[in-house]
Amino acid sequence: MDTFQLVARGLATHLGIDVSEITPELELMELGVDSLDSAELLMELETKLGVEIELTEKLSTVQDIVTAIDSAVKD
Amino acid sequence: MNRRVVITGMGAVSPVGIGVDAFWSNLLEGANGIGPITLFDPCNLRSSLAGEVKEFDPTKRQEFKDANHTDRCGQFAIAAAAEAMESCGDLQVADPYRAAVYLGTGIGGFATTENNCRRLFESGARRVSPFFVPMMIANMPAGMLAIRYGFCGQAIPAVTACASGSHAIGEATRAIRHGYADVVIAGGAEAPIVEVGLAGFNAMKALATSTNANEASLPFDKRRGGFVPAEGAGVLILEEYERAKARGAKIYGEIVGYGTTCDAYHMTAPKPDGSGAGKAVALALEEAGWRPGERVYVNAHGTGTSLNDLAETKALKLAFGEEEARKLAISSTKSSTGHMLGAAGAVEAIVCAKVLSENVAPPTINLLEPDPECDLDYIPLVKREGSFDLAISNSFGFGGHNACLAIRRCE
Repeated sequence: MDTFQLVARGLATHLGIDVSEITPELELMELGVDSLDSAELLMELETKLGVEIELTEKLSTVQDIVTAIDSAVKD
Repeated sequence: MNRRVVITGMGAVSPVGIGVDAFWSNLLEGANGIGPITLFDPCNLRSSLAGEVKEFDPTKRQEFKDANHTDRCGQFAIAAAAEAMESCGDLQVADPYRAAVYLGTGIGGFATTENNCRRLFESGARRVSPFFVPMMIANMPAGMLAIRYGFCGQAIPAVTACASGSHAIGEATRAIRHGYADVVIAGGAEAPIVEVGLAGFNAMKALATSTNANEASLPFDKRRGGFVPAEGAGVLILEEYERAKARGAKIYGEIVGYGTTCDAYHMTAPKPDGSGAGKAVALALEEAGWRPGERVYVNAHGTGTSLNDLAETKALKLAFGEEEARKLAISSTKSSTGHMLGAAGAVEAIVCAKVLSENVAPPTINLLEPDPECDLDYIPLVKREGSFDLAISNSFGFGGHNACLAIRRCE
């Protein structure tokens, strides 16, 4: 499963919505995802992927989460 | 300033029913909300019974994501408040800074604390949830209700253990009476049925250990062996009388007195002579303008611990005098619900309002073997029909916190 699918699934579970409603360019604010929500999601993905994700930039879109994870996995 | 304070909305989530109608009718019928613990496996505990709220679905009142980020304690508060806000009609809040929230809880998010401690010990600090602190802190139910209803006046919790609900309502009454607010969402919520919590209460020898639901919560009965923990929430909408009348609100009762003291005696044991609790009752009676000869219903704190039941009986005799105390119609609805801790005073205030409006008082169920030292009329087994002039609700918490609310029909 690619990173976007992983993130989309995680968000869909958190929000109680269908995974098809989530696209990379969606603003997290629009989804009702605040900084605590994204921190919680990243924590779950850390466990799943066995990596540590350190945030250096503010997360605005779904793609930002994907990028943060991808760079952590690369490191 | 000394304005009148009336109840214009009510909501309840309890082990004997969700919603005020179910709660009240089940209490009158002598229902027992106590049963085996299902929220976790209690095999390691000495006590195995609790008053759990059955078939509770938080998503009836909250969005899925919000419900997941609210401790069960806050979920109960929101469900009770939603019912209370529906029952009060259009509050017509023109200035949100005149609308306040006073919501008590003895503990806050107990399950959230336990879950995150488990994560910390099992998986390390990086697995502690970013929602741990906001879900756990005891002021959050008050804060969440303020957000939900856009009430921008004071939002504050009362944290006085088992007296939290009564203190919240009493302090809210003072806020309206003395002009600091016009409308208040007031009450209490608790969700203490958590393994570490019950282990702690067990260690204190505070809990009943019977495995028979009809022999566990036994206020004023000589077979009693401690209280039965329970959960839920009660919420009142309190409003300044003239404003409630002007908008044509249905008025469920008037808060006419509030007495509060501290035993200043021991961390958990009440003062054995009942003087601290008795003074709180006396203060509430004085504010309520009680006169000897009035027909009074008392919703007792009545936990079913021998320390409470004896001290409370003495307290009532001190406040009313021996002769008037013998005429009181007293019941402990904790015999039906178990002890809802910080929510107890709030649902019991609802009981008082209903007793006055319905002319019937719920019983102390399972009171088959009265303790000879508790020698007042505790309405054993079956409800009591009758008109009452005044109803009072007692709540006493660990820490020695005493609160008494006095309610009359609004006339």
